[in-house]
Amino acid sequence: MNNIPHRTATNSKTQTQNSELRTQNSVLSTQNSELPHMSRATPETDTLQQWEQSTYKYGFYTDIEADAAPPGLSEEIIRFISAKKEEPEWMLEWRLKAYRHWLTMEEPEWHNVHYPPIDYQSIIYYSAPKKKPQLDSLDEVDPELLRTYEKLGIPLEEQKMLAGVAVDAVFDSVSVATTFKETLAEAGVIFCSMSEAVREHPELVRKYLGSVVPYSDNYFATLNSAVFTDGSFVYIPKGVKCPMELSTYFRINAMNTGQFERTLIVAEEGASVSYLEGCTAPMRDENQLHAAVVELVAMDDASIKYSTIQNWYPGDENGVGGIYNFVTKRGKALGKRSHISWTQVETGSAITWKYPSCILIGDDSVGEFYSVALTNRRQQADTGTKMVHIGKNTRSTIVSKGISAGRGQNTYRGLVRVNKGAQGARNFTQCDSMLIGDRCGAHTFPYIEVKNPTAKLEHEATTSKIGEDQLFYCNQRGLSTEDAVNMIVNGFCKEVFRELPMEFAVEAQKLLEVSLEGSVG
Amino acid sequence: MINKPERPHTVSDTNELILARDRQLEDFSGFLDVDGAGGLPSLKASRKAAIERFAEIGFPDRRNEDWKYTNVAPIARTAFARPTGEIPYIDAAELAPYRFGDDSSPRLVFVDGRYAPSLSTNGATTKGVTLLPLAEAVRTRAADVEPWLGQCLDDTNRPFAALNTAFFEDGVFLHLEKGVRVESPIELVFIATAGGDTPLASHPRIVIGAEAGAVATVTETHVGVGEGVSLTNVATEIMAREGAHVFHYRTTHLPDEAFHISTLAVRQEGKTDVTSCTISIGGRITRNDYHAIMAGEDGLCALRGLAKLRGREHVDNHLRVEHAAPACESREYFKSVLEDESRSAFTGRIFVHQIAQKTDGKQTNSNLLLSENAQADSRPQLEIFADDVKCTHAALTGQLDEDAIFYLRARGLSEREATSILVRAFAGEIIDTIKVDALRELVEERLFSRESSIDAGAPGKSGALQEAV
Amino acid sequence: MLEIRNLHASVDGNEILRGVNLTVNAGEVHSIMGPNGSGKSTLAQVLAGREDYEVTEGEVIYKGRDLLEMEPDERACEGVFLAFQYPVEIPGVSMNYFLRAALNSVRRHRGEKELDAVGYLKLVREQSKIVELDEKLLGRAVNEGFSGGEKKRNEIFQMALLEPALSILDETDSGLDIDALRIVADGVNKLRSPERAMVIVTHYQRLLDYIVPDFVHVLVDGRIVKSGGKELAHELEKQGYAGVDAGRAVAASS
Repeated sequence: MNNIPHRTATNSKTQTQNSELRTQNSVLSTQNSELPHMSRATPETDTLQQWEQSTYKYGFYTDIEADAAPPGLSEEIIRFISAKKEEPEWMLEWRLKAYRHWLTMEEPEWHNVHYPPIDYQSIIYYSAPKKKPQLDSLDEVDPELLRTYEKLGIPLEEQKMLAGVAVDAVFDSVSVATTFKETLAEAGVIFCSMSEAVREHPELVRKYLGSVVPYSDNYFATLNSAVFTDGSFVYIPKGVKCPMELSTYFRINAMNTGQFERTLIVAEEGASVSYLEGCTAPMRDENQLHAAVVELVAMDDASIKYSTIQNWYPGDENGVGGIYNFVTKRGKALGKRSHISWTQVETGSAITWKYPSCILIGDDSVGEFYSVALTNRRQQADTGTKMVHIGKNTRSTIVSKGISAGRGQNTYRGLVRVNKGAQGARNFTQCDSMLIGDRCGAHTFPYIEVKNPTAKLEHEATTSKIGEDQLFYCNQRGLSTEDAVNMIVNGFCKEVFRELPMEFAVEAQKLLEVSLEGSVG
Repeated sequence: MINKPERPHTVSDTNELILARDRQLEDFSGFLDVDGAGGLPSLKASRKAAIERFAEIGFPDRRNEDWKYTNVAPIARTAFARPTGEIPYIDAAELAPYRFGDDSSPRLVFVDGRYAPSLSTNGATTKGVTLLPLAEAVRTRAADVEPWLGQCLDDTNRPFAALNTAFFEDGVFLHLEKGVRVESPIELVFIATAGGDTPLASHPRIVIGAEAGAVATVTETHVGVGEGVSLTNVATEIMAREGAHVFHYRTTHLPDEAFHISTLAVRQEGKTDVTSCTISIGGRITRNDYHAIMAGEDGLCALRGLAKLRGREHVDNHLRVEHAAPACESREYFKSVLEDESRSAFTGRIFVHQIAQKTDGKQTNSNLLLSENAQADSRPQLEIFADDVKCTHAALTGQLDEDAIFYLRARGLSEREATSILVRAFAGEIIDTIKVDALRELVEERLFSRESSIDAGAPGKSGALQEAV
Repeated sequence: MLEIRNLHASVDGNEILRGVNLTVNAGEVHSIMGPNGSGKSTLAQVLAGREDYEVTEGEVIYKGRDLLEMEPDERACEGVFLAFQYPVEIPGVSMNYFLRAALNSVRRHRGEKELDAVGYLKLVREQSKIVELDEKLLGRAVNEGFSGGEKKRNEIFQMALLEPALSILDETDSGLDIDALRIVADGVNKLRSPERAMVIVTHYQRLLDYIVPDFVHVLVDGRIVKSGGKELAHELEKQGYAGVDAGRAVAASS
């Protein structure tokens, strides 16, 4: 497992994901509590190592100009990261608290994904973005990569940027960012990197960071809390409708995020924002651990819409390489009539482990989860959501579409819980699976827990395949098998795609087509 | 942290479970020496293997995903004894309310897991049918029993099934020869007594082997007599060879303190039909485990269950249906009606092996919450490794439809009557599938005559109101 | 246009077609009749390229090319159209989306310009009148929730839209009442032209009252046992298929 920073340093949109499913699973996580079969040392030996390191690595602090920390995780490394980022003391303390807690935790095993043990001590936790060798023209770029960009309909200029070719000044992220920043500032919106927010808006960060996903939440989120390198911070003040979708900006600005991003979005009373994150460029990296955390907070009448298109490198046909994507995403619908909506299109990563969730605390608050997850080759996905109904008349909707092809294994895991006080709670869940080929698997594990009689919950799930007769019918009308499969798969995902902003919907559709290549025929 | 389990397992709980496990292990050594083998030498080894598996798992705590919604500590902490001495006298009249057959049909009655000949009738014997108490069968016809006993019960991760194998003293052996059709239902009655000095545990084992083309209906009735704690841990094995049809009904009528654990293991060859319907009434904790394997093409497996709960009753239905051959059909329909502080849980998993193309699986769990303090947990699950399959599941939880109640009241019914009618309609979808008329009537009577916060209303079901929940 | 020579085809090892010979020229309408299980639908499916059927012997020449070598979609683009007996439902895919994709695929193949949304809608409006198809149906998923008659009309509508050279109608009359039958037949008649050929597979003579064929062939046990003009259909009506001597196969003529 190596953890080299993304080679495509100019990769457009960042990618944050995350999740957890702690509740039902915390129960499970310790079920098979044999020794954690990874090479992480016991807390005792770790402490010993830290001590060794701290004495012997005296010059460590002074080497603050270094581009990268040595591999491994220790308090020293965390201090190093924090110092690098010029963080205030409380931030460092929070990280250390998380780290110490992490040492006491065990890696979860309840999920339906399988991977070789992760050696957390061989990972490099901090590495300044390396400058990629600049290429002079597209001719020098891997033609396969270009073919993919073309299929995705990425404009030429942007292709250059993605591939790391020197680009026109128009695409200079700094200037563009500045333009947007002015527009946003006029509206009172704060939108900056997490590092900047820690320095510039410590009172806000301190108040909300960890308020939705506490540092002790789950194994991967806790790790993130200790070592997160950057991410985005969004604050929408009372009554403000964010004047633009935050995608474009993000897409250009957040090019160099690490593997441990942390994103926090706060919408005050009556505020609303639509935030898009995505990675439409396939990453060519080796196995990498990606453990991000996203926290959303919505006050009275606030609305946050969070859309993700995830296309990390999925590994090859033999399951070599690919991203291990363990992310914790959770939104707290704190205020009355607040609204949190997650939409995700997950086509990449060797392993996807994420459960964007809504904690519906405010009365009449609404949570939504729309998901398309595709596994091809040897990809594995264990993804879904949690809807926890706490306030009165809270409503939630879950629409999940899982597509399995190749040797992919696709698991939907979702919890809907109605607490005792949640009078009049409503949930509707639709959970459909499609199988393409007979070597893949589709699994559906919903958990429905109801403690209030006035709640009304409906859950439906179906499994289907693309019928030979459907393909033949399309062929008979002149459509190629590939086009027919794409058409049917897109029809299958329609309910989710229509939740995406227009531009993203088109991208998502094309992404599915690329991801399904070679799965039929 | 909002999402931690509401009743976290405490250290003392865990210790208790370990102590309870060790108590079982101690009991076992005594039991094996006295009564371990009967006439079947291999049984001793099976029992040893089973207790070893149990020793490994122990009593499950709630970190065990299979037992997430049921806390077995109240069972584990009770020091149950095995029944000894004379079989207590039970007045046949006491059983009358739970019996439906006449004396012409065969009936075997067991008290605390031991055969009670005085209460049993052999009925008219049909040619090709062997119906014997299991202990007797093991003693006198070991060679006939051996090919069936333990053949489809997988107790690897089922601690109570393992305990059953380790401890069963008696039960039923039913064998149907090729092509035999038994017309009247075979009635099996298990009585758990309570109120003595020590609470008693029984582990009856029922073994049903149906040769090719055989057809039979078996009813399993569990009745609790006397107030107090008792444990019945029954395991039923049904093995259906090519083309056989077995219809199995289980009803439990239990006092408040009774614990009831059941395991139904089914193995089906091609073109078989195995249908089981369980009606749970009463008891403190009821757990029904199902494991069906469809190993031949064109099989049908239908499992149904209905629980009507009140007080602090707890019913947990836990199913695993495996499609291990192509073109089989499985149906699981489970419903619960919950009052007071009762709690129901449903976990259903349809597992489709890669070979099982053309699978048609359907699973539905519906829960009707009639009280503020009731709770229903539901986990309908699909695990699919074949691509040409049709699998669906659905879960519905809610209360009665206000509009439907209003509609009935507008037609002159009281609110109680209206509620009762709608509850009956809800339950009717399960009850109506009981093909033995006398049993169906008895179940209706028992279900709706129970003291309840809801009066028994006018009989009759309203099809139009089926969607009430 | 189409020449079938000694065509043998089987499914799961059972031989269904046992040496079919048939020649269809542009402008002609041929009817293939036969009892249930005679292989009529198999012939239609084999011509369209269904993979469930294995061609074991013989050849099919379409516009001078080996039809059997072509993929199903290539056949469609080359102008072979099959009106299905049981049109399949495709949930989630709207008729409009499906048809435009199909139409443009065919047009691309022919070297014609692809239609934009406006051009497509205009064409649809015209063609849907031919079979009196409610345009609202085109907003729904492919064949989903269509009545039996609507499905059949939809097939003929697609035929009108795609302008095939060779249309094969597989039991298009089955399940239609007399009014629907007339609408479908009218639609088909409107599409008859000197450039186009049609093969109408049917069990009953009734459709042929509305679509008058130039030739009628009787298919029994996987072979064409008798060929003739339209009067043959009436003969069959009177005598039934039993009257046809299966022993003496007569080569189809045209």
